Amino acid sequence: MDILSTRGLDLWYGDNQALKHIDMDIPERQVTALIGPSGCGKSTFLKTLNRMNDLVPAVRVEGLVTYRERDIYAPGTDVTWLRRQVGMVFQKPNPFPMSIYDNIAYGPRIHGVRSKARLDDIVERSLKGAAIWDEVKDRLKKSALSLSGGQQQRLCIARALAVEPDVLLMDEATSALDPISTSKIEDLITELKEHYTIIIVTHNMQQATRISDTCAFFLLGELIEFGQTTQMFSMPRDKRTEDYITGRFG
Amino acid sequence: MDALEAKYAAAKRYSETAMGLVFLLCGVLAVAFVLLISAYLILSGLPAIREVGLLDFLFGPVWAPTHKTEPQFGILPFILTSVYGTAGAVAVGVPVGFLTAMFLSKLAPRRLAAVVRTAVDLLSGIPSVVYGLVGMTVLVPAVRRVFRLPSGATLLAAILVLSVMILPSIISVSETALNAVPREYEEASLALGATETETWFRVSAPAASSGIAAAVVLGIGRAIGEAMAIMMVAGNVANMPGLFKSVRFLTTAIASEMSYAGVGSLQRSALYSIALVLFLFIMLINVILNLWFKNKREG
Ligand SMILES: Nc1ncnc2c1ncn2[C@@H]1O[C@H](COP(=O)(O)OP(=O)(O)O)[C@@H](O)[C@H]1O
Ligand SMILES: [Mg+2]
Repeated sequence: MDILSTRGLDLWYGDNQALKHIDMDIPERQVTALIGPSGCGKSTFLKTLNRMNDLVPAVRVEGLVTYRERDIYAPGTDVTWLRRQVGMVFQKPNPFPMSIYDNIAYGPRIHGVRSKARLDDIVERSLKGAAIWDEVKDRLKKSALSLSGGQQQRLCIARALAVEPDVLLMDEATSALDPISTSKIEDLITELKEHYTIIIVTHNMQQATRISDTCAFFLLGELIEFGQTTQMFSMPRDKRTEDYITGRFG
Repeated sequence: MDALEAKYAAAKRYSETAMGLVFLLCGVLAVAFVLLISAYLILSGLPAIREVGLLDFLFGPVWAPTHKTEPQFGILPFILTSVYGTAGAVAVGVPVGFLTAMFLSKLAPRRLAAVVRTAVDLLSGIPSVVYGLVGMTVLVPAVRRVFRLPSGATLLAAILVLSVMILPSIISVSETALNAVPREYEEASLALGATETETWFRVSAPAASSGIAAAVVLGIGRAIGEAMAIMMVAGNVANMPGLFKSVRFLTTAIASEMSYAGVGSLQRSALYSIALVLFLFIMLINVILNLWFKNKREG
């Protein structure tokens, strides 16, 4: 079952076309990895899926993007609803300058949860879901900025989980982290895919093979190859894919 | 290194040391002025307080320094007027200034923002006597008509004038603070499904809170120290304060009587004492807010 699909997706930043006619079907409850050299449009593609591109002035999107069969660029689409379904974790950990608790409770509060008991419950569940509960349960009232980089990133994942999304977008979410934190987050992603559809951008080929089921290779705004990760890494169909994954360029 | 270069290096070292001394001197000068002013205020302010009695001076409800038989030197009306006037100006000016800053920082199209910013800058350049003049000719009659008062020269008029006067600093300091909020915080909030307004009020504003608090301090400082403009619109009568009464502030009490208080009289030295009280007030506000900042940063 495909949860997100694009058909003929074009995107321009001013006159610069960053995405060229992308057709992609992202399967539900799997990890999909987007790979490709810097500037090929991976982040741009990711941000079309929760319409964070709307924030960029002079951006123009054409083509069709659907989430569970709904055209998310149709006029009248509630972007806040969409972003609640399709959560995002950024490359640089960006917890709010608030307490750990308030970081997690932020989303639910925005969406109308007031009861202290429910918030407590959501905070605990989200932190457990992001495998960071044990490390922070005794200092929920402390500033989130006091955590290490890896902890901050897992906190950001927990914060995203707290609004009960359906899909999680992660843009190079481990590239700013040390190897131990990275492997913790990789383990976490593998666990999370039981309940969530996850799309990651990564520059790390090993990471893509370790944790992704499906893989998409982008080059200069085009989707060159898309398919099963194991197949793509063992028998790439396109010469350019092969060159990239064997490290011959990029 | 040849001789010329060595000479050059020596000259440079020499000028570095000289500049260092100049900087030091300027720093010392600033400290010296503060000490000088404090010492002067304390020395000239204490005698009257000693003569009247501290409690009678601070909490006496009647100021009648030129009464023939029973002169009275209670400054409670001035203290309360200054406190209420400043609080009122902050209560009106801070929300308006904060929302303007939010508008400029987050919402306004660039051209419009530039126009508003220029207007705000001009506002801060207007001399206080001009505020007084406009207040006197426009605001005071308006207050009289709207509230059907015998005279519009009231605490309310003073509060309104003060709130406009503190607006520019509140706007520009808050805007700077809001602009400095990292974009990542706002993106994180939007990506969680918050609207832009929710994001500004729940993420940007708290993240800029220390800057906004600084803006409030500045506003309080300016409001409590202002004399000329409010003297012209507040009626300048030593009443206990009321929104619709003519009132006199700590500052205006000094300014309005200094010119005729006899040299060496108790009245004159009581005016010095008022200056001392005003000075201590401002110090107190600074200390409290500094402590609060520090707590906030550590907490
Ligand atoms: N906000 C933006 N404004 C204008 N151009 C952008 C913006 N973001 C990305 N681009 C351009 O779009 C192209 C794709 O960028 P991006 O999606 O960030 O690539 P990747 O994430 O694969 O490194 C690049 O040429 C980049 O310069
Ligand atoms: Mg990128």
